[in-house]
Amino acid sequence: MDMKTPLFGEHEKLGGKIVPFGGYLLPVQYGTGVITEHLAVRTHAGLFDVSHMGELMFEGPDAVSNIQNLCTADISSMTDGQVRYAMMCNEKGGIVDDLVICRMKADQYMLVVNAGNHKKDAAWVESHLFGNLKYKDISEYLAQIALQGPNSEVILRKICKEEYIPAKYYHFVENGEIHAGSHKISAMISRTGYTGERGFEFYCRPEDAVELWNTLLEAGTEEGLIPCGLGARDTLRLEASMPLYGHEMTDDISPVEAGLPCKLEGKEFIGRQAIINRGKPAVRRVGLKITGRGIAREQCPVLDMAGNKIGWVSSGTFCPFLGYAAAMAYVPAAGFETGTPVTVDVRGRMIEADIVSLPFYNVNR
Amino acid sequence: MKIPEDLKYSKTHEWVKMLDADSCLIGITDFAQSELGDIVFINLPEPGDDAVKAEAFCDVESVKAVSDVISPVTGTIFEVNETLVDAPQTLNEDPFEAWIVKVVKITATVDLMDAKAYAAFVESEGGAV
Repeated sequence: MDMKTPLFGEHEKLGGKIVPFGGYLLPVQYGTGVITEHLAVRTHAGLFDVSHMGELMFEGPDAVSNIQNLCTADISSMTDGQVRYAMMCNEKGGIVDDLVICRMKADQYMLVVNAGNHKKDAAWVESHLFGNLKYKDISEYLAQIALQGPNSEVILRKICKEEYIPAKYYHFVENGEIHAGSHKISAMISRTGYTGERGFEFYCRPEDAVELWNTLLEAGTEEGLIPCGLGARDTLRLEASMPLYGHEMTDDISPVEAGLPCKLEGKEFIGRQAIINRGKPAVRRVGLKITGRGIAREQCPVLDMAGNKIGWVSSGTFCPFLGYAAAMAYVPAAGFETGTPVTVDVRGRMIEADIVSLPFYNVNR
Repeated sequence: MKIPEDLKYSKTHEWVKMLDADSCLIGITDFAQSELGDIVFINLPEPGDDAVKAEAFCDVESVKAVSDVISPVTGTIFEVNETLVDAPQTLNEDPFEAWIVKVVKITATVDLMDAKAYAAFVESEGGAV
């Protein structure tokens, strides 16, 4: 049975169209629709319920060595309040999940994982733990809200002192405070997001989620803040060329093939040798700008100009802000450079596209 | 939820406007467009193509998904609404004005409902009428 986040009642009140996602019931859109919500995030600000994400806590003298073993990133150089993007790999060198690692203290870390992979990740992690470590799945103790868009900082400053606002991208303030009327809501405030815009993600107690959500909505009204659903979350991340597990990453695709950061020298991690053994990658992830009439979607075959199938689309949609259909695809690593024309088989129709470099859209965060 | 009185409706949420005994306009209903969400693309058929009752004759794409539009009639597609190519969102904004095709030489139709029956049908499908 699908679970509800603490904000479910608010989504219903706001007219959210509820769908099952990653084991949860969440709004795919509100009455505003995906395109309006997408554009709001690009031009003003949007608010997302992301409480479905999983959070795994690692504490103790062996916290670092456990995370080093599980994850591609080298966390030894991280500082308190820093966030790092990483993946966990399996013994074949494929990707188990992508995640972020938040360092609270030298021996205390929180890993944030995809909702859809939560159970899989927890089982994977738990089967590989060792040493002097306190590990806990704290997902049920946290709600998470994302505020994203060019106006996000202006909005936050109305209800949050500067000292609690992380100044740099991929950093967080652990013990932040949001002003809600006469009292304060405690929240970890992270300068991260999955939209390609500047923004923040808030981690708070589930019992504070509704108040935090409404405080943010009210603070952002003047700046054009609207609630946004999963539909816009997907078009935004795709437009910004951000990978999504199950699409750009799977159990079989390696970080190198996916073009994701993966340091193969310096420290051991599960799957490292397997990735090295794969040798030079046979495929690489590229962008496709659709030049013909149509929208390429996941699993559509990609063909060369002679009509041979040479790859596949991992994600694709119509990008509302850019105004064209775009996709991410896997093609042979050699011979398909940026600018190469290809065709995409969209339900039997051959649609022209050009290989373009990623990202399609990028701003300073 | 708009359901004009002068149109007929299929169970798959297309509307039919009979122009004379054997020709009609076809579009999608208000319920259909609201279920689809923002429409960003339509794959129109060509004039001269066959329309076959209960079979898809074109598809529309929202941001998330592709949906078939099912022909309520068997006949020949005489004209297609080209304005939808550059402005697919009119299907959302004005579903009963945004006709998709004109079909002529109609020889068969699916069971069609009048406005009242369609309203009841939409309610039974979970729509708010």
